[in-house]
Amino acid sequence: MFAEHLSSQFDDKVLSAQSSFRAIMDATARPGRIHRIAPTAEAPAPMMRATAALAQALFDHDTPIWLDATMRGNGDAGRWLRFHTGAPLTSDAGQAEFALIGDVAALPALETFALGSSEYPDRSTALVVQIRSFNDGPAFELKGPGIDGSIVAQADAGLSDLFEQLAANARTFPRGIDVVLVADDAILAIPRSTRLRAMEG
Amino acid sequence: MYVAVKGGERAIENAHRMLTHERRGDRDIPELSLDQISGQLSLGVDRVMVEGSLYDRNLAALAIKQARGDLIEAIFLVRAFRATLPRFGASEPVDTSVMQVRRRVSSTFKEIPGGQILGPTFDYTHRLLDPQLAEISDPDALETAEPLAGVTPRVTDILGRDGLIEPSPQTEPGASVGDITRDPLDFPADRDLRLQNLSRADEGFLLALGYSTQRGYGRNHPFAGEIRFGDVDVEFMAEDAGFVVPLGAIALTECQMVNQFKGSATEAPCFTRGYGLAFGQSERKAMSMALVDRALRARELGEEAIAPAQDEEFVMSHSDNVQATGFVEHLKLPHYVDFQSELGLLRKLRAEFAELTTADKQIQEAAE
Amino acid sequence: MTAPVYNFAYLDEQTKRMIRRAILKAIAIPGYQVPFASREMPMPYGWGTGGVQVTAAILGPTDTLKVIDQGSDDTTNAISIRKFFAKTAGVSTTTSTADATVIQTRHRIPEAALSEGQVLVYQVPIPEPLRFLEPRETETRRMHALSEYGLMHVKLYEDIARFGHIATSYAYPVKVNGRYVMDPSPTPKFDNPKMDNCAALQLFGAGREKRIYAIPPYTTVVSLDFEDHPFARYRHEAPCALCGADDSYLDEIVTDDRGGRMFVCSDTDYCETRQASGHRGSERAAPHKKDHAHG
Repeated sequence: MFAEHLSSQFDDKVLSAQSSFRAIMDATARPGRIHRIAPTAEAPAPMMRATAALAQALFDHDTPIWLDATMRGNGDAGRWLRFHTGAPLTSDAGQAEFALIGDVAALPALETFALGSSEYPDRSTALVVQIRSFNDGPAFELKGPGIDGSIVAQADAGLSDLFEQLAANARTFPRGIDVVLVADDAILAIPRSTRLRAMEG
Repeated sequence: MYVAVKGGERAIENAHRMLTHERRGDRDIPELSLDQISGQLSLGVDRVMVEGSLYDRNLAALAIKQARGDLIEAIFLVRAFRATLPRFGASEPVDTSVMQVRRRVSSTFKEIPGGQILGPTFDYTHRLLDPQLAEISDPDALETAEPLAGVTPRVTDILGRDGLIEPSPQTEPGASVGDITRDPLDFPADRDLRLQNLSRADEGFLLALGYSTQRGYGRNHPFAGEIRFGDVDVEFMAEDAGFVVPLGAIALTECQMVNQFKGSATEAPCFTRGYGLAFGQSERKAMSMALVDRALRARELGEEAIAPAQDEEFVMSHSDNVQATGFVEHLKLPHYVDFQSELGLLRKLRAEFAELTTADKQIQEAAE
Repeated sequence: MTAPVYNFAYLDEQTKRMIRRAILKAIAIPGYQVPFASREMPMPYGWGTGGVQVTAAILGPTDTLKVIDQGSDDTTNAISIRKFFAKTAGVSTTTSTADATVIQTRHRIPEAALSEGQVLVYQVPIPEPLRFLEPRETETRRMHALSEYGLMHVKLYEDIARFGHIATSYAYPVKVNGRYVMDPSPTPKFDNPKMDNCAALQLFGAGREKRIYAIPPYTTVVSLDFEDHPFARYRHEAPCALCGADDSYLDEIVTDDRGGRMFVCSDTDYCETRQASGHRGSERAAPHKKDHAHG
């Protein structure tokens, strides 16, 4: 009875948005663990495949997006986002629901983004930060909700103070920003509840 | 031997079959058509459209039929359907001054430009049951005339020309319109959101609150400046095409209450407004809404907010009959797990109480 | 009239995205109630619309769904919600806690320990733990912002002064990750310890009140108490009459009108699984079909 009224087939977009979201949800619920997102569409450089899939799963008319200079690039990424998600682009990082960071070295101070208020800590920006890889670079120990004891993660984010900033971010809890690191089709989340410590060596 | 009760699924199916049967009623009596409901129970259809927030007479009539005449259930059906519809945008503001008026009364002036038009109303009917209606009624056809064209000036606009009433808030072109069905509410809420909430609010709830303001719980001395009912055009700005597209006409009831004046050291005293707007001919709803709208402006107008009708969080959180009926009626769902927890605690407290009183008695007896 | 067309898992994609974003925020801020634009669902408010919206937003075709109400898969509202998803999403359903990837629940947490691959979705009527002390949202929001939870402790302590015990037996408030006081939904306080350091993700949906909140896996969840009145679980002191379990929460079954009663597991899957592996109580259960799944 109901079945006839269901759209003829559950189209690929609906199902891939669901599977991308589950990967992002699992990553956020289990910080420090690497999850893979099945790529959904070819995205223009410098946007990585997982960034594009995340955008398609979460962005729409209601989510202003801020792009860093690298992401703005020649305008292709912005046009792709407008066309595929309908999300408005904003030049005001403090108004952004999501911010896409293509060059971690040029990451602005986190206070530039919305950190939420004490009453509404959810009114904050989520950062999608593209890095080189999860196999090289400095190692960090992560602790907090979602982590059974502690977990060590590695991230090659080039020359940046990202992790120092994230360690400070955890101290403003419940205000703060949430971060998803992206390398190609892999993601790793560091929500504001995660405490970070650089490993020796 | 104890057997756990199973078969809930069959019970549900059977219950719904019985419901279908009861809905149809006596099969020797002709079944109601949607046209009959829409045409002859039209005020019920109007209410379902207003509180269901969906202007569709056919769907509202279908909902009333499906709900066996339970209007809150019908409103719920319409709301649940509405929630699945995509939102394209907001229409241009409708202009009620060019309404094709079918009824229009003002209590504040004897004569008004455009005239007082009684139209189809229960007012001044003597509420005597009409036995003739028990049979097939065949009223005489009405004479028709050309509709009046042009502007019917609003009474508040007439007052406004002399500055006797506060100006109607100006719409800012391009300003986004709030939508309580798409965004979570937080308090304090702006008037656009309050009016949306009141427009969907349960008619009985608003009626009682409006009445309470008249009896002194947040009194604001209202006059029914004007109540008008008729048809207005709805237009939509098509961004792509770059021009305004007419979508059709809808029937609306508008009520403008004129309320006690205010003033300050810097501002001359003037009347204030309470506003009500509802789909169809929904006069009681529009009037109650206008009273409560004015009451909820207490904060903005610097009045002390002490009465329930002036308490925006109280009014807005309890006005929605779909929410209210769901939560009241959810009490019939099983709660035996929590109840067991309460039972356990109560037994323990009673046992301890009994122990204490026995001990007290023993001490007392020993002392004697 | 055009026949309505519905999307996978009923909700339209825009609504799902909005709920998904709220879920991510909820996980990032454990115990904080994220406001969301709850939609009107084709079932009444108060009957699980919040849980249903959360489930609809996370559910995929490879999921296996279990729905319980009062711990049982066969209560009418649980059946109704399970059928809704079998119909609108075509997902497979189960009554087995171990086999489920998503479990939607009202008033209970399953007895069997949950695992990492699972999500537990709670239906929540009143998400605000402070609501019964302070009805105004504007006030309770400020109290959460300032971690000002003294009022809650005062209330619990007044209970002790009057009754000798904390007189809250269900919906017993907890503190999550050392920060937010949270309502666990009207589960019996017997279930509270299961929320602490749980391997599964726990999501809470309140439709009428338009709030979503979460407890990520392995998160500290502490029931509020006092040093001289520590939190204690309550369980009727008896083994289950069907499976003999002495560690499960029990339903009291009134067997006649002369004071006859017996106690059986409220978690029907737990009880049936134990009976299937040979555990017996004082009463023998009637044989019945184990699986009531549809789809």
